[in-house]
Amino acid sequence: MMDDNATARFKRRLLKIAHQVGLLLAMVIICLPGIWIMLTSLRPPVEIMAKPPVWIPQEINLDAYVAMFSGVGKGGIPVLEYFRNSLIISVTSTVIAIAIGMAGGYAFARFRFRGKSGLFLGLMLTRTVPGIALSLPLFFVYARLGIIDTHFGLILAYVALNIPFTIWLIDGFFRQVPKDLAEAAQIDGCTRWQAFWQVEFPLAGPGIASSAIFAFLTSWNEFALASQLTRSVNSKTLPVGLLDYTAEFTIDWRGMCALAVVMIIPALTLTFIVQKHLVSGLTSGAVKG
Amino acid sequence: MRPRRLSAPVLLLLPAFIVLAAVVLVPLLLSLYSSFTPFRLTRPATFFTFIWFDNYISIFASRDFWWAFGRTVLLLTVALNLEMLLGLGLAMLVEKASRGQRLLRTLMMFPMMFSPILVGFQFKFMFNDNVGVVNNALQSLGLSNSAIPWLIDGGLAFFAISAAEIWSSTSVFAILILAGLLAMPKEPIEAARVDGCTPWQTFRYVTWPFVMPFAYIAMTIRSLDVARAYDIVKIMTDGGPAGRTELLWTLISRTAYGDARMGLANAMAYVSIILSIVFTVYFFRKLAAARVQIGAEW
Repeated sequence: MMDDNATARFKRRLLKIAHQVGLLLAMVIICLPGIWIMLTSLRPPVEIMAKPPVWIPQEINLDAYVAMFSGVGKGGIPVLEYFRNSLIISVTSTVIAIAIGMAGGYAFARFRFRGKSGLFLGLMLTRTVPGIALSLPLFFVYARLGIIDTHFGLILAYVALNIPFTIWLIDGFFRQVPKDLAEAAQIDGCTRWQAFWQVEFPLAGPGIASSAIFAFLTSWNEFALASQLTRSVNSKTLPVGLLDYTAEFTIDWRGMCALAVVMIIPALTLTFIVQKHLVSGLTSGAVKG
Repeated sequence: MRPRRLSAPVLLLLPAFIVLAAVVLVPLLLSLYSSFTPFRLTRPATFFTFIWFDNYISIFASRDFWWAFGRTVLLLTVALNLEMLLGLGLAMLVEKASRGQRLLRTLMMFPMMFSPILVGFQFKFMFNDNVGVVNNALQSLGLSNSAIPWLIDGGLAFFAISAAEIWSSTSVFAILILAGLLAMPKEPIEAARVDGCTPWQTFRYVTWPFVMPFAYIAMTIRSLDVARAYDIVKIMTDGGPAGRTELLWTLISRTAYGDARMGLANAMAYVSIILSIVFTVYFFRKLAAARVQIGAEW
C-alpha cells in the first residue's frame, strides 16, 4: 500500500517535471530565433563571422542602426524611405478596409438575406487567391493604367486583400453585441443610424480596433504583391527592401538583422495590444455562427 | 416602373463588392483569358492570339511543373498536420501550466507577428552553413565535424523550409485551440473521470470534440493564406538548389517575371488558385459540420 502511494507520487512528480521541461523547450524554440536576430544586430561583424563561434557577446553597439538610418551610406538601402512607404500604404489601406469592412460585417451580423453563407464563403475565397497568382494580372492592368510603383496601386490592392478577413472579424464582434440594445435605443427615439453609432459601435469598438490592427499587419508584412507592383524608392515597402539586402550585396547579416528588428517592432507592439480581442473575434464568429 | 430601392444589406456590402470586383475578380478573368494565349510581356501582340488549351497541355506535360505541384502539396500536408499536432500539444502544455499563463500566452503569439519574409530571412540566417547558429551549435557541441549544407542540399533545404513554415504557423493553431480549451466547461471532464475514463479516453471523446471546431477555425485561417510559403521559399532558397525546392508559386513567379511568359504563368496560377480554393472550401465545410455538431451538443 505504502509502495503504491510512493510510486504514484513519484509518477506525478515525474509528469510534472516532464511538463515543465516540455514547456520550457517549446518556449525556447519559439523565442530563440527572434532573440538571436536581435542579438546579431547588436554585435560587430567580426563576432558574427568568427570561427569557432563566439557565443557570449564581447561587444554590444548600435552601429548597424546608426548606419541604416544615416541615409544612403554603407549598405546603400534607403531604409527611411521604405519605412515611410510602408507606413503610408499600411495606414491608408487599413482605414479604407475598416470602413468598408464595417459596413459589410454589420450587414452579415444584423441582416438575414438569401445566399448569406454562400456569399460569405465567396468573400473568403477572394482572399484565398495566392498573392503571386493575383500579381500577374494586376501587374498587367497596373502597367496599362500607369499605377505601378505608386502608393495608390498598392493601397488599392491591400484594401481588397484585407476586406474579406475584416468582414469576418467585424461580423464576429457585432454578433457579440446584443441586438436588443440597438432596438431599445430605437424605441427610445433614435434612428437606426444613431443607434448604430451611439450604441453598437462603441460596444464593438475594441473589436473593430483589433481588426484594424490585424489589417495593418497584413499590409505591413505583405510581400508577394509588393515585390511585383513596386519598383523603386517611390513605393517599395520594407519586406521588399529586406530582399534587396540579399540580392544586391554580399550578405550583410548584421544590417539585415537590424532591418528585421525595425520591421518587427511595430508588429510586435500592435499584436500585443490586440491579442485578446483577436482570438475572441475569430472564435465567436465561427462557433456561434 | 420605378427602380426598387436597394435593400440595406446590399447597400452595405456594395463597397466591398466593388473593390473586390475591381481588384480581384476582373483581373482574374483577365488572367483566365490570358492563360489561353501565348502572351509574353516582351511581345504585346501575342495577347490577342487565342490558342485554347495549349498552355494547360504544356504545363501538364511538364515534369518541372508536376514536381513543383507535388512538392507544394507535400509541404502543405506535412506542415499543416504537424502545425495542428504541435499546436494542440503546445495549447495543452500552456493550459496545464499553473503559473504565468498570461506570460506564456503572450510568448506563444510571438511567431505570429513575424511576416513570412522575416521568418524566411531568420531561418536562412540560422541555417546558413557558415555563420548559422544551427551549425555553430552542432559543431560546438561536437555533434558534427563539418558544416552541414542545410540550404544547399535539396533534401535538407526542404527540411529547413518546412521548419520555418511550421515555426511560423504553429502558434495560430495553439492560440485558437487554447481558446477552445479555456472556453470548455469543466463538468464533462470531471464526469468522465468519475465514470472511470482513462486520460486518453477523456481527451478523445470529451475534450477533442469540443476543441475540434477551434482547430478547424485555425485550419481555415491558415488555408486562406496558404501561399505565404512563397515568401519563405523566395528568400531562403529561391527555389534552388537547381529547382529542388521549387514550389508552385516560385515556379509561377519565375515563369512570369523571369522568362516573361505570362500566358503560361497564368495557366499555372490558375492551377494554384484552384488548389487554394479546394483547401479553403474543404476546411470551411469541416468547420460548418463541426459547428452543427457543437450546436447540437452544447
